[in-house]
Amino acid sequence: MSEYIEHDKNGASVGIVQKRFFTFAHPPERLRLESGAQLGPVTLAYETCGRLSPERDNAVLVLHALSGDSHVAGVYTAEDEKPGWWDFMVGPGKGIDTERCFVICSNVIGGCAGSTGPSSIRPETGRPYGLDFPVVTIGDMVAAQKALIDHLGIRRLLCVVGGSIGGMQVLEWTVRYPERVASAVALATTMRHSALAIAFNEVARQAIMADPHWNRGDYYDGPKPATGLAVARMIGHITYLSDEAMRLKFGRRLQDKSDFSFNFDADFQVESYLRYQGRKFVDRFDANSFLYITKAADYYDLILQHGAGSAVRAFAKARARFLVISFTSDWLYPTYQSREIVKALKKNGRDVSFCEIEADWGHDAFLLPNPRLSALIHGFLERVLREVRTSPDAL
Amino acid sequence: MRYDLQIIASWIEPGAQVMDLGCGEGELLSYLIARKGVRGEGIEKNEEKAAHCIERGLSVLQGDMNVEVLDYPEDRFDYVILSQTLQQVYEPDVLIRAMLRIGRRGIVSFPNFSHWGIRLQVFFTGYAPVSRQLPYQWYDTPNIRVITLNDFRRFIRQIGLRILREAAIDTHSEDRYGKIVRFLPNLRATYGIFMIGK
Repeated sequence: MSEYIEHDKNGASVGIVQKRFFTFAHPPERLRLESGAQLGPVTLAYETCGRLSPERDNAVLVLHALSGDSHVAGVYTAEDEKPGWWDFMVGPGKGIDTERCFVICSNVIGGCAGSTGPSSIRPETGRPYGLDFPVVTIGDMVAAQKALIDHLGIRRLLCVVGGSIGGMQVLEWTVRYPERVASAVALATTMRHSALAIAFNEVARQAIMADPHWNRGDYYDGPKPATGLAVARMIGHITYLSDEAMRLKFGRRLQDKSDFSFNFDADFQVESYLRYQGRKFVDRFDANSFLYITKAADYYDLILQHGAGSAVRAFAKARARFLVISFTSDWLYPTYQSREIVKALKKNGRDVSFCEIEADWGHDAFLLPNPRLSALIHGFLERVLREVRTSPDAL
Repeated sequence: MRYDLQIIASWIEPGAQVMDLGCGEGELLSYLIARKGVRGEGIEKNEEKAAHCIERGLSVLQGDMNVEVLDYPEDRFDYVILSQTLQQVYEPDVLIRAMLRIGRRGIVSFPNFSHWGIRLQVFFTGYAPVSRQLPYQWYDTPNIRVITLNDFRRFIRQIGLRILREAAIDTHSEDRYGKIVRFLPNLRATYGIFMIGK
């Protein structure tokens, strides 16, 4: 996911939010991971906005993608220039309406924005985990989120919402804890990565691991593998856009010059853009987290893990109502992958809505203000809220 | 609501499970949910219309009904509706059989091509007829076939299905008002509506 953060043009905002922390799985009650390894204690950074209803029936869990964090909407201080990553979607009167819903967003485990990850201090050694951090899966991320939801005293989520890797977590929630989710919104996502998606992730990881500063993941006391991480990010950014998007956004235009420089500086705007995105990312993201989260996404295979090879069987346990959305120009998680989800859900007789939104911006489209996207999610959530309130026992 | 949709709605009992193929902006579905408490779903090819349905709180899939209809379990629905779309379907027998696989009953409506107005146009002008129900020129039309009430009855018999109920109506394309035609329906009705079963 890219960063497209700006303040809402109409000024609607959830206002000031606070990052909170929840720590659980204290030894010896460690969190058992899918790999068989154990992790504990585990801290999740999370934020909430809106108000939980007395019936506790309006909680929406937002799941972020690769480079997101718990800061989904609002600002930390009145002077804060940068609102959360989905500020256009989450707020009063917006797609996920905080006047109606209580929104929760937590940083994934393995991340680097407050939740336990490879850059966290390992209690046994007093030093950062580095590569001693166990490999986590999408399922592990969801298991940790469920601990948070239990802690918040929410029996059933009104909705789990997310795009891309966040969308994988959405799907995982619906089959892992079917009785805990009334509905699910899966945006620009897939039941498992294609070879194309794995290939791009692998090249990005290789870029990090080839950086001498990476030092097999042990770099927290010295210089960071900034070049490697920046290149990894540049690769990511190519996959988030599309041929069309890049043509519109950059074409062959030159950056601040009228002719080629005849050296290896950034001549083209697209080069300059990628370098800028790479540099910016290094300041806020941990290279090891990048490795762990992309690996979790590559390993994810809902069809294999929950359906023994059958997508239909994988969703047999799901009980939620679904809204699946894809974008026409997304070549990282193309529409056919969303349609496979829809097909498997239909074969299970599940209530599923689907829309392929016409958008030029490639995979990143779900992060860009789009009135249709907001209206779809808004309409869907309103319906689910109505249905849940008219028959509270029906999932 | 359009008169033909009112007739269809009157045939559906409260609480039924309904699928509307080519549901447009969800007019019939919303009505059935609000007035009859049905559980309704729809399929619509057009992105804008499908999105509009979801925005108004309907459960709708954007896609090609001929393909999408295949993925539901048997007898998932009580009624599967195909309203004013049959004339655009490439393989009517395949679609209608699929409808009756996923639903107990099918409801099909279409403009009647043997209405006297159409007959007179062909007879007197010699041009392909253009009516309010079939408002397209021959070179610019989504319709790939023309159907009469007699044609449809014979077709359903030939493919081994049964007509359980039918209504021939006289109404205009978007009109809320109309009337049932009992006398010489194949000549006087602008639309036919049929409930079919196995």
